[in-house]
Amino acid sequence: MADSRVSVPKEARRGEPFEVRISIRHPMETGYRTDESGNHVPRNVIRRFACRYNGAPVLAVRVSSGIAANPYFRFFVTARESGALEFEWVDDAGVRGEARADVAVV
Amino acid sequence: MKPRAHPAAARRRWLKGAAALAMARSLPGFAAPEMPDIPLLTQLLAGRVPRWERLRLDLPALADNGLAVPLKLALPGPFAPGPSVQAIHLFSEKNPVPEMAVFEFPAPLERIEIDTRVRLAGSQKVVAVAVMSDQTLYAAAGDVIVTIAACLDGS
Repeated sequence: MADSRVSVPKEARRGEPFEVRISIRHPMETGYRTDESGNHVPRNVIRRFACRYNGAPVLAVRVSSGIAANPYFRFFVTARESGALEFEWVDDAGVRGEARADVAVV
Repeated sequence: MKPRAHPAAARRRWLKGAAALAMARSLPGFAAPEMPDIPLLTQLLAGRVPRWERLRLDLPALADNGLAVPLKLALPGPFAPGPSVQAIHLFSEKNPVPEMAVFEFPAPLERIEIDTRVRLAGSQKVVAVAVMSDQTLYAAAGDVIVTIAACLDGS
């Protein structure tokens, strides 16, 4: 698992919000589905997603099966200091994923 | 001689009636959207009445595919020095899991604008409730017609 694509601007102006986009590859199994042979597919969705900016939490999402497969989030973070945006998430199976993007504040 | 109502009083009564009628007719336009009966939503509101303003929830009026419906939340600032946004809860009227997502803001963000994609089990109302740090609630709702619902029942 744990494939993701992150998009942040290379440079951001100090004090101004910049756009963050992340898309995570995950089936977000609802637990209401059966596979081709009729077996129940257990629920496995990302249940928690969080973003930190230079170590400080900026956004946390409690996720459910109501979020589409391959979850996508776009949000804004205010540029303070050059540094890293770190993303992490965990699904029902306990599998963790993480991603990171650097931003230079000018 | 039968006492007759004073003409001015009669006119007042008529005017009152007309005004009440006009009010009643115009009310649906002003009335807050009806909150769908979702236990978790009722629990969050806890008897409080959210203000149907400021928070914006954008959904397509018609979604071809309920498996991934683009959704946008926006709550225009400025926030400082006033209350900041603590969380935005997203509810679905018909999904088996009614609370689709909760966006939490551990630190005040200057710009609250969130895009994601949701699953919707059929045409329904989607409700967003923003909880501010002073416990003020803002709400927004959107109706979507879903032509192909997310196959939540496995059929």
